[in-house]
Amino acid sequence: MEAWLNRLMMRGVFGAHPIPVLVYASGIAIACALVLFAIALPFASIVTWVERRVWARIQSRIGPNRVGPNGFLQWLADGLKHICKEDIIPAEADPRLFKLAPYLVVLAFILPWAVMPFSSSLILADLNVGILYMTAVTALTVVGVLMAGWASNNKWSLIGGVRSAAQVVSYEIPAGLSIFPVVLMTGTLSMQGITRAQGWSPDRWFLFASPFCFAAAIILFVASLAENNRTPFDLPEAESELVAGFATEYSSMRYLFFFMAEWGNMFVSAAIIVTLYLGGWRFPHVSPSPIAMNLLEFATFNIKVLIIVFVSMWIRGTLPRVRIDQMMSLCWKYFVPIAFVNLIGTAVWVAIWPAGNPFAAWSMLAVGVLLAAFFVRRVVHFARRSRMELYFHPTI
Amino acid sequence: MSMLRTEEMTLNMGPQHPSTHGVLRFVIRTDGEVMREAIPDVGYLHRSIEKIAEKVGYHGFMPYTDRVDYVCAMFTNQAWGMACEKLAGVEVPRRGEYCRVIAAEFNRIASHLLTVGLMGMDIGAMTPFVHALREREMINDLIEELCGARLTFNYMRIGGVAWDLPPGWRDKALAYLDHLEPIVNEFNALFSYNKICIERLAKVAAIGPADAIDYNLVGPNLRAAGVNWDVRRDLPYSVYPEFDFEIPLGSGEWGAIGDAMDRYMMRIRELTQSARILRQALTQIPDGPVLAKVVRNFKPAAGECQVRVESARGDQGWYVVSDGTSYPWRVHVRTGSFAAMGMIQKLSRGLMIADLVVLIASLDVIAPEIDR
Repeated sequence: MEAWLNRLMMRGVFGAHPIPVLVYASGIAIACALVLFAIALPFASIVTWVERRVWARIQSRIGPNRVGPNGFLQWLADGLKHICKEDIIPAEADPRLFKLAPYLVVLAFILPWAVMPFSSSLILADLNVGILYMTAVTALTVVGVLMAGWASNNKWSLIGGVRSAAQVVSYEIPAGLSIFPVVLMTGTLSMQGITRAQGWSPDRWFLFASPFCFAAAIILFVASLAENNRTPFDLPEAESELVAGFATEYSSMRYLFFFMAEWGNMFVSAAIIVTLYLGGWRFPHVSPSPIAMNLLEFATFNIKVLIIVFVSMWIRGTLPRVRIDQMMSLCWKYFVPIAFVNLIGTAVWVAIWPAGNPFAAWSMLAVGVLLAAFFVRRVVHFARRSRMELYFHPTI
Repeated sequence: MSMLRTEEMTLNMGPQHPSTHGVLRFVIRTDGEVMREAIPDVGYLHRSIEKIAEKVGYHGFMPYTDRVDYVCAMFTNQAWGMACEKLAGVEVPRRGEYCRVIAAEFNRIASHLLTVGLMGMDIGAMTPFVHALREREMINDLIEELCGARLTFNYMRIGGVAWDLPPGWRDKALAYLDHLEPIVNEFNALFSYNKICIERLAKVAAIGPADAIDYNLVGPNLRAAGVNWDVRRDLPYSVYPEFDFEIPLGSGEWGAIGDAMDRYMMRIRELTQSARILRQALTQIPDGPVLAKVVRNFKPAAGECQVRVESARGDQGWYVVSDGTSYPWRVHVRTGSFAAMGMIQKLSRGLMIADLVVLIASLDVIAPEIDR
């Protein structure tokens, strides 16, 4: 987008005067922001429907299927319902902070979309510090959640907010350390630069580049679950312990904002993993037309992201919640040391094989395929043995 | 650190709280996430059921017994029936006794399924809960065919049961038992042996045998502590002596004996044992009437009696005093949940807030049974 704007300016489309250039530029920026907003918000909402359907299948239920085809418009109905509800601000709450908190959380979920590399051209701003920007703005969530917990003036909310702060701040460390192996290998922080350093075929994804990268990708995935308050790390809003955690006192649209941000953040963190380790939008060069190529790349990126999102839904449908001390010890005793080893190991690896090691990549790919095959076999085994009829058909 | 002023936080958990299994209230003194103490406050579900018995007469009280413990109402039905029969010396026909045992054991499975499912929900896993309820629904369907109700059954009468097994019901019940046993293994694979589940439950709030006896724990909670006591075997009633079954005991194989994991696994193991009793009962059931002749104006001779049944929540004692009129003079029920609530204050010291939820779920406390 930036490049395109520069090109227009070089051609003199806006004339030589700086004021029209600024007006055009800001107009285009606002238009882009609106488009992104229009993609991001419905995405986060539609994911609620997908998650409820997936979850229902896991639990041998049917899930929402009344509003629209197969219940597809359920998200719209839920949104309308929440808007129509009374917006309650508790008398004892701090009204300013209480109102501000949901906006901060939504902000933290909207901002990363600015550097989201959807395809080779579809990126709003290919910042040279893209991945750093991404981790920085997603961390804003914790400010909003802590603010919500504090401003509600409710003890359950406060515990939820403090839990969230402890959890997100702790898991930022292994998550950040798991980003750096890729940065070491590519020497760039730009999202497009990282994507372009990988190939379309899995053997040239960073996931399989070395054993250290493999471990780092898994740590990044688990840490992203923790940062988004997803099961098994959904302690800040632990329903059975803290009523609804930091969101206990919220109602109406403000309540919805928190959960929209949670579902949207699933997409954001999955996008980080896909860009860093799973080849991003890379697709074989099959068509000379840039539009066709961009569409194919866009589809590739989104499918990869949705697979990761699906896995996180699956985990949510399967696992119980860990206790806070177990969560902390998992982070500090296991993830942080392993992430450091990964970082140092990758540094050594890059020093020995600056251009990568194809043999290692193919071996890691083979290991990955074997693991996946073992997993699929296990799932199929249990699915066959299950006595219950499984509703796999998507349109019941 | 001593410069920092810290203070205890008093939290009010309940009576409206998602994981208190009804209307319970705890006043929790916490230091951050660690509890100093949780003080249970009971009485929110007190409905004077014992007093109602003095006003509605012997036959009329049967539906009220359902409300003592609505999760396993067959046992309270049975206990009330047994108490009245003991007072008046009524002999229950053998087929009636078999029907009672079959209904009660199905109800035990349903109740334990709810308990293990709720344990899943209380530690944050929704799927085991829904799966357990799915199985429980099938039992509810069976019992609905038997007596027309799914929760508050009112199936038993003084002198037997209200209705005989419907035609074809026996085969359906046996088919369900065939279905249940693989499901228990599936449930274990999904939830019980999950690493996170074991980490969450093991070594939490362990109760030793001495403590369990001192605090009057009963049923699965007592047996999880390693005390070998089951009313069905040790004070046999009904036709239980005719069946061959085992009493599972807490082994402490996940850490400490009588911890939350032991109590949880006790329910899982009792599912299989109940299925075993049911199989024998369904194959051995004799023909004959199911209800003895009992006069409508039931007036037992003056006297008192106590009966004990092994309900899903343990040894349930019913004490009935008759003064020779058609209304009981006094009825008292002694339930397992009330005793378990008494122990929570002691066990809660030093646990985390998340563990309190596990503790309540593992003791299988049902709010209506505490207050009656």
